[in-house]
Amino acid sequence: MAHITQLSDAIRDAVRDGDIVALEGFTHLIPYAAGHEIVRQAKRDLTVIRMTPDVIYDMLIGSGCVKKIVFSWGGNPGVGSLHRLRDAVEKDWPLPIEVEEHAHAGMAAMYAAGAANLPFGLLRGYIGTDLTKHNGRIKFIDCPFTGEKLAAVPAHRPDVTVIHAQKADRKGNVLMWGVVGVQKEAVLAAKRSIVTVEEIVDDLQAPPNAVVLPYWVVGHVCEVKGGAFPSYAQGYYARNNAFYKKWDDISKDRESFTSWMDKHIKGTKDFAEFKLSLAGQTLGGK
Amino acid sequence: MALQYTSDEMMTIAAARKIRNGAPLFVGIGLPSAAANLARQTHAPDTILIYESGTIGAKPTVLPLSIGDGELSETADAVVSIPEMFSYWLQGGRIALGFLGAAQIDKYANINSTVIGGTYQRPKVRLPGAGGAQEIAASCGEVLITLRHNKRAFVETLDFLTSGGYFEGGDSRAKLNLPGKGPTAVITDLGILTPDPVTKELTLTSVHPGVTVEQVVAETGWPLKVAPHVDTTPEPTEKELAVLRDLNERTARAHAGQQ
Repeated sequence: MAHITQLSDAIRDAVRDGDIVALEGFTHLIPYAAGHEIVRQAKRDLTVIRMTPDVIYDMLIGSGCVKKIVFSWGGNPGVGSLHRLRDAVEKDWPLPIEVEEHAHAGMAAMYAAGAANLPFGLLRGYIGTDLTKHNGRIKFIDCPFTGEKLAAVPAHRPDVTVIHAQKADRKGNVLMWGVVGVQKEAVLAAKRSIVTVEEIVDDLQAPPNAVVLPYWVVGHVCEVKGGAFPSYAQGYYARNNAFYKKWDDISKDRESFTSWMDKHIKGTKDFAEFKLSLAGQTLGGK
Repeated sequence: MALQYTSDEMMTIAAARKIRNGAPLFVGIGLPSAAANLARQTHAPDTILIYESGTIGAKPTVLPLSIGDGELSETADAVVSIPEMFSYWLQGGRIALGFLGAAQIDKYANINSTVIGGTYQRPKVRLPGAGGAQEIAASCGEVLITLRHNKRAFVETLDFLTSGGYFEGGDSRAKLNLPGKGPTAVITDLGILTPDPVTKELTLTSVHPGVTVEQVVAETGWPLKVAPHVDTTPEPTEKELAVLRDLNERTARAHAGQQ
């Protein structure tokens, strides 16, 4: 049942050390503000799931919050590598990281299976590829009707899913539009959920067939204006491509990453202060 | 007077020419996206651009930096969820052509976008991984691949097989029962390779203007098969170059301008 809270309280309550956490968003509506708060509260030993871990997962990994990552494409879209993910995989910094790697179609099927309360997702995929040699959770089964060989992947059941959306109403019904990714499935597959929104309004004015998560399937709802920056919220602000490019420099070495995080994330009390801190020197940086 | 152009421009233009007007096209980010958008703004205005973010029929005016930039969904005919994208549209067999980039490719057009060097657990370079590529390679009607041509990329043995082309050649793809027929052309900054109809080994069938067959052989990490007659790729036209440069300039301005 939805309750409207402050983001810091929501993270304190719903994200626990050792949890399986999915912060979803497919290039759009990425829950950055919530990710920052997980770093501020120094959560530890998290298993983080995401189809497209990007800069926010780089921040979590470099800050030592993550024990294991489950993903299908880990990069800075259009820019290049995630340097903190690479440093953890290649050199164990700041901690060794366990990797469970899939393809997008497999991850989508895993979330859909979780939402449907099925034990596994089924797809025509992975056949003949090397991922199957390194990920024991990808199995193959024979179709009982045709005999066709199909891939089976276990359902995602996160302890907590965190997403960002455009609007909620005062009851906690959540509305999102544009590229909606796998967020609905990720929330329905999870035990607990946190939804940050651009604004809380009296009336969602949602057209029929809109993507609405009813108040009784979501947990914490928090208003965080601009909370998807540097990704975007359609109808509110555009993707800040310049920041994604800038992140390449900030994250390239451990020292510049750490000092940037200390100053702009750990040194600020919330997302509003973070935005002010960034504005102080245009785009942050070294 | 001959037109001046770079080898990257030639690659993008040669890749764009492979796109048939009106075909639903699953577009990877980077080089494939540049070629697809060039095609849409030149000879193939009705190309249906599909990005894995769920945007079907996107009509961007600048190249997206990510596969889910706002302009893609604002201009799309339909925006669907990710599970729907991969199950109903890609796996459903709706997409005629897939267009991929790669870090490494082998002689049977299998590609690697996962790890380079070392072992899988402890690679020298960790790349982003499969994303949508392996199901695009398996399920699209056919696949085009574009990447720069050098020995680091064109290797005898892949460090990791992310997405399947023709596997071990011959009928090995057919035996795996994948829905799509596989890669039909590899377009590089030096020329164009196409699979042999029987062995499926990539064969040099065209070199770009000013490039020699010997040069392409020297930049390939296996003994490259060369067609008995190698064509020369037609030079870029003035229009192709003008549209591509305009697209790149608008893109650079748009991505730098956001603060």
